[in-house]
Amino acid sequence: MNAIILSALCGVVMMFSGILLNKSAIKYVAIASLLVLIIGNLLQFYSVYTINIDSKGLLSFDRTGLFFNTIIFIATLVYFILSGSDIERVGPDVAEYFALIFFVLCGVTILTSFNGLLMFFIGIEILSIPLYILTGSDKRNLKSNEASLKYFLMGSFSTGILLMGITLIYGATGSFGLQSTGVKSAVTGFSSAGILAPVGLILLFISMCFKVSAAPFHFWAPDVYDGAPSVFTSFMATIVKAAGFFAFIKLFAAKSADFGPGQAWTLILYVIIVLTLFIGNITAVFQQSVKRMLAYSSIAQAGFMLFALYSTNDFTKDGILLYTAAYSFATIGIFSILTKMEDYSLEGYNGLSKSQPVLAFTNTVFFLSLSGIPLTAGFFAKYYMLASAIKGGGSLSLVIIAVLFAAVSVYYYFKVIQAMYFKEGVAATNTPITGGFKLGLIVLAAIIIILGIFPTALLNYYYF
Amino acid sequence: MIPLLLILIPVVSAVLTFFLKNGNAAKNWALFSSIITLVIGIYALCPMATLTFDATWLPLLGSRFSLSLDGLSKMLVLLTAISFPVVFASTYNNDYKQSNAFYGLMLLTQAGLMGVFLASDCLLFYFFWELALIPVYFLCSIWGGEKRIAVTFKFFVYTFVGSLLMLIGILYLYFQTPDQSFAIKSFYALKLTASQQNIAFWLFFIAFAIKMPIFPLHTWQPDAYEQSPTAVTMILSGVMVKMGIYAVIRWLIPIFPLATVKYADIIIIASVIGMIYASLIAIKQDDVKRLVAYSSIAHIGLMSAVLFSMKTIGWNGVMIQMFNHGINVIGLWIVADAIEQRLGTRKFSELGGLAQKAPVLAILLVVLAFANVALPLTNAFVGEFLMFNGLFQYNFWIAGVAGISIILGAVYTLNMVQKIFYGQLAPATQNALEIKGNVQFVLIILVLVIIGFGVYPQPMIDLTKHIHP
Repeated sequence: MNAIILSALCGVVMMFSGILLNKSAIKYVAIASLLVLIIGNLLQFYSVYTINIDSKGLLSFDRTGLFFNTIIFIATLVYFILSGSDIERVGPDVAEYFALIFFVLCGVTILTSFNGLLMFFIGIEILSIPLYILTGSDKRNLKSNEASLKYFLMGSFSTGILLMGITLIYGATGSFGLQSTGVKSAVTGFSSAGILAPVGLILLFISMCFKVSAAPFHFWAPDVYDGAPSVFTSFMATIVKAAGFFAFIKLFAAKSADFGPGQAWTLILYVIIVLTLFIGNITAVFQQSVKRMLAYSSIAQAGFMLFALYSTNDFTKDGILLYTAAYSFATIGIFSILTKMEDYSLEGYNGLSKSQPVLAFTNTVFFLSLSGIPLTAGFFAKYYMLASAIKGGGSLSLVIIAVLFAAVSVYYYFKVIQAMYFKEGVAATNTPITGGFKLGLIVLAAIIIILGIFPTALLNYYYF
Repeated sequence: MIPLLLILIPVVSAVLTFFLKNGNAAKNWALFSSIITLVIGIYALCPMATLTFDATWLPLLGSRFSLSLDGLSKMLVLLTAISFPVVFASTYNNDYKQSNAFYGLMLLTQAGLMGVFLASDCLLFYFFWELALIPVYFLCSIWGGEKRIAVTFKFFVYTFVGSLLMLIGILYLYFQTPDQSFAIKSFYALKLTASQQNIAFWLFFIAFAIKMPIFPLHTWQPDAYEQSPTAVTMILSGVMVKMGIYAVIRWLIPIFPLATVKYADIIIIASVIGMIYASLIAIKQDDVKRLVAYSSIAHIGLMSAVLFSMKTIGWNGVMIQMFNHGINVIGLWIVADAIEQRLGTRKFSELGGLAQKAPVLAILLVVLAFANVALPLTNAFVGEFLMFNGLFQYNFWIAGVAGISIILGAVYTLNMVQKIFYGQLAPATQNALEIKGNVQFVLIILVLVIIGFGVYPQPMIDLTKHIHP
């Protein structure tokens, strides 16, 4: 509750700070607001509330959700610290960008605490609408405009589908609640009322696949990620995506039983996971632009995160928390370096190890983490996902397919490392690199390595 | 404490090496640290050394940081400990750009290798297995030959696919253990059904087969050996391929006895095909490095075939041979490197008559070459004799076919010696000089080890009798 209220308030504060403060101070206000938000969220662990509102069962706060909020806020903090100056360079309305980001965070906090389809829908909308604006924030750039329009149109369609799904489920069960005990008996009867709930769920499923860019509903992602200003791509591909996943899992962990008897649910997921891994990884191999490659890589990573839906056991929750942290930290780091580069193509990275050794080294750590190499957080993220699938007794074939694609992902991630270290060239940055930025990168890389050796450092905190 | 030190010293000195700006300081420091590790490695052979180490690592996952040393581990730890000072000393005169990074990565590789041979927890083993790979990837890609990027990447992807499959296998076994643990004891205690073994066996075996490498998964190897800087090639072929064989002895066969028996024939036949095939290709090579690379495939093929024949005497032979092959092949690489550094070429066709100019090198190489073809009174003879003994007990015909590779081995090795050192003085060797003192010193030590263990192999045979994790 604290986080929902505070994040909305922070958004408003940011809007006013645009009028009252000069441009360079805004970033620091944003960081300070975020710290308040983190503290407020942590206080809720100890049942300290700013304003306690009885939501009449529409919202419920559990440990996992609050912990996930914390990870998201910390990732956003890292994002502000590393990329704050890049946000300032996007355009004149700096305060608005920060305000929109806080509104997105408000959507995230609702998505981690919804207790019914109604709040779920509101959360998704609060999350999405600021993103449409952020995508188009580079107003003079045609690609940014195109991306924004595309994202908005596709997003609207998916929202429509989502709403249709919710309506059908409501029609079948007469409730927005997550636990709909009345459905199961109706499903087995296969009456006209019985078909409503499964169809509704499938619509819900499709729309969520769209939000997390799982194939074959991923077509918007590369264009939008490529067209949006790089700083905001970083935010969308990490924090927003992870939040989408969390909501997806929260929703279907409760709802998947409503798909009815049989193996239909597992089969659908099996196909979606394999398709997502296939399309994400294989297309990423052919990209020449690092930014576009990262867009496809985020689709590929979504394939791994979908494992958390495939089998639900105690590894799943740990897994999605760890995956969120590992993936977000690494990708934020990579994008913060990318936005500093003069040339986004692979050649643009040639010889970075000579001109900027710190950037090259930390970038290598981030890419190793994304590839899931041991001693980085990414390894344990993948480890937990594979472990949850194997423990669930799920098919070994899916796991084997997944690791083969993980090996493919090494191919395109390592192309950047090869460019930085083994090729000659003069990689140029578009702004001077400050010492503070380097320090931030080193700390982030250190966190990733520490999580790679002691993943339990994060999870102990969750279980303490 | 000893096992921990064997890993910790290389790691800590590697980190320090990265910060040494002076190239010579890095070189000396790396040499010094590797000698300290060697001293500890030798101390580990003493009866009073404590040989286990155990600490909590990931309690939530049921994995502990536990290390232990038995006879098999001791042998390979000793090999690793000897190899690095030998490599550093023999390539002391080579200059590398950014040599602090070079030596830092080398020491990290040593830490990874030590960890693989010491770990008695499967997840820890997997960690070190990968840790040994990553530095080598950078070493070969930065300091290698002209085709290095593509070749090293092939090597990396091959081994990475293998590792990931192994990870699935590890997780699969982990969930079968009653106490949810990665400890080797829990894995040994597993009672797997035949069908469970059949799947998991291949998940592990592919990883190990790529590392060894066994035909037909060997294609990364000759290119990688050729393109790597020679110091790295020495480690790759001297120590790193032993990871695969070690893992088969330590993990694969004890955990999957039924599947091993079931698939032994297929693997032995593949190994023997690989031996003959590699030997035949070696005969046609015109490049010292490629010849040694193929000869190495042939030797490893024999070891793998004997392993799966499951005869005790053969196993003793394999364990001895792992050590001996490491020593011999490193010696050969040192000679190859010395020739290349001096004369700028590795091709037989451009060399000849070198013995007139460098008689000491010639004598040393001849001893190494004899060891490579396992002549009696060299160390390799004992191992090879025991291995063929085991293979012969398993199947007469397979032993016979595998025996052909000994003849082929003599053909290509002696051919190499003849073409480089004897015959007409070639233009390239006109101005050759004797090898430098440090290379001579290292080669003489290796030759002494070869003859010493050739005459009196009993201490090694004793060591192979203690394999208890």
